[in-house]
Amino acid sequence: MAKKPMLSDLMKEHGISRRGFMKYCAGLASVMALSPSMAPQIAHALENAPRPSVIWLSFQECTGCTESITRSHAPTLEDLIFNAVSLDYHHTLQAASGHAAEAAREAAMKANYGKYVLVVDGSIPLDEPGYSCIAGISNLEMLKQTAAGAAAIVSVGTCAAFGGIPHADPNPTGAVGVSHIIKDKPIINVPGCPPIPVVMTGVLAHLLTFGIPDLDELGRPKAFFGESIHDRCYRRPFYDKGLFAEGFDDEGARKGWCLYKLGCKGPTTKSVCATTKWNNGTSFPIEAGHPCLGCTEPDFWDNGGFYKPLSVPAGDYRKIGLAAVGAGVAIGAVSALVSRASKKKAAKAHEAVDAHDLEKPS
Amino acid sequence: MSQDKQGAVKNTAMDDLMSFVATGNALPLLHEIRHALANLLENNNTAIIDLGAIPFAPGDERVLDSVLGEGEIHAVLKTLGESHVRETSISGVWRVDHLDDSGQYQSRFIEITYLPEILKTHFEDATIGLETLTKRLKEEDEKQ
Repeated sequence: MAKKPMLSDLMKEHGISRRGFMKYCAGLASVMALSPSMAPQIAHALENAPRPSVIWLSFQECTGCTESITRSHAPTLEDLIFNAVSLDYHHTLQAASGHAAEAAREAAMKANYGKYVLVVDGSIPLDEPGYSCIAGISNLEMLKQTAAGAAAIVSVGTCAAFGGIPHADPNPTGAVGVSHIIKDKPIINVPGCPPIPVVMTGVLAHLLTFGIPDLDELGRPKAFFGESIHDRCYRRPFYDKGLFAEGFDDEGARKGWCLYKLGCKGPTTKSVCATTKWNNGTSFPIEAGHPCLGCTEPDFWDNGGFYKPLSVPAGDYRKIGLAAVGAGVAIGAVSALVSRASKKKAAKAHEAVDAHDLEKPS
Repeated sequence: MSQDKQGAVKNTAMDDLMSFVATGNALPLLHEIRHALANLLENNNTAIIDLGAIPFAPGDERVLDSVLGEGEIHAVLKTLGESHVRETSISGVWRVDHLDDSGQYQSRFIEITYLPEILKTHFEDATIGLETLTKRLKEEDEKQ
């Protein structure tokens, strides 16, 4: 494989000064929730760390995660990250196809066995592996083969992390996330539908500079998934004051009040959308007037509906509830019939009793 | 759409509405800055505070701006978008705001220091500067 230029050479080629690079590293430290004083360490690590081979496998996905990571604050910066790693295999971005592409993957795996980073987007079908194949190899088989020699795995997007849309009820392909299958490698889950671009590059940058970040109970980096949307939402003061939009075009909506009653899942969703935002920090769904869907959480598609408030029971509880109501109606109807029949029978068997009867010995 | 004094693009109507929202974090932050400035004078320790790391609403910004004010220096860096480095009216307290190519805020810091690092010329850039100057002088010599 041809030797790729070092990051410092690329900076010179792009006309980026050291000052510009330090500006970028300061922003990266901020995004990674690290102390700003660590920016020089980040810069040093990005420039001097060996460039790991990265193999990116795309399974049952919509390509939204790749689209997201390539739309960023400034394309040159993401270029820098991509050039700080050696991206040896990626369906959408690579020029090669067919046998040449698969040969590139196998060569990268062999040359860097035990040291490459595996990035996965898309879920893996378990019920019928043939539902999703690449070059005739099922996603399941390719994942197992490639994971065997990986140093770490990054599951990008809710599909790779938790199964995502394919996993939604009735889950026709038996779709699952990577951590459901691979149990013997460190896995970093970076969920989102899609994840915010700078979150994805921030995780890659952290891997390059400081190794695997601190992860929460769902394997998500705490730097990006440590707080809920609700805790950072600029509309929180309206929630605290009990001012809610009741419809998408009412007075509350026009005044920018809390969207809880319109189904916002912000209180139960961990993400940095409220601070880092989308489209170069322009806005995020709540700021645009739409409630949070909760897309960084498992099973967000089956969470009772995007427009039902969190306070309304959702999912299986509702099904059980409705079934119970149905059963109750059925039982009530049968009871009514039985009691009417008993009443008729009693009426027919009825004997008049007078006071004299009561005095007769029984 | 318009630009604020740092040159960041903003929506005026929304910003006007949002300027009434405050989290109450401005005062604790100002106390932290005071503590850091005392530490700089006593122990020569610099400090950087990341404004993106705490909930901070436009109402808090108004308080911060009114207490810190504007000082004598405003430097504009033109690299990967603009960066605005301003000393506030409290000497030793600097606002460093990084914007991207489209004029949106990328990161915002308050530095308590005698001179922010980003204003200094870096060794690597000076090395490239020497190469560039040598080349240009050679071209000028050849023209003579």
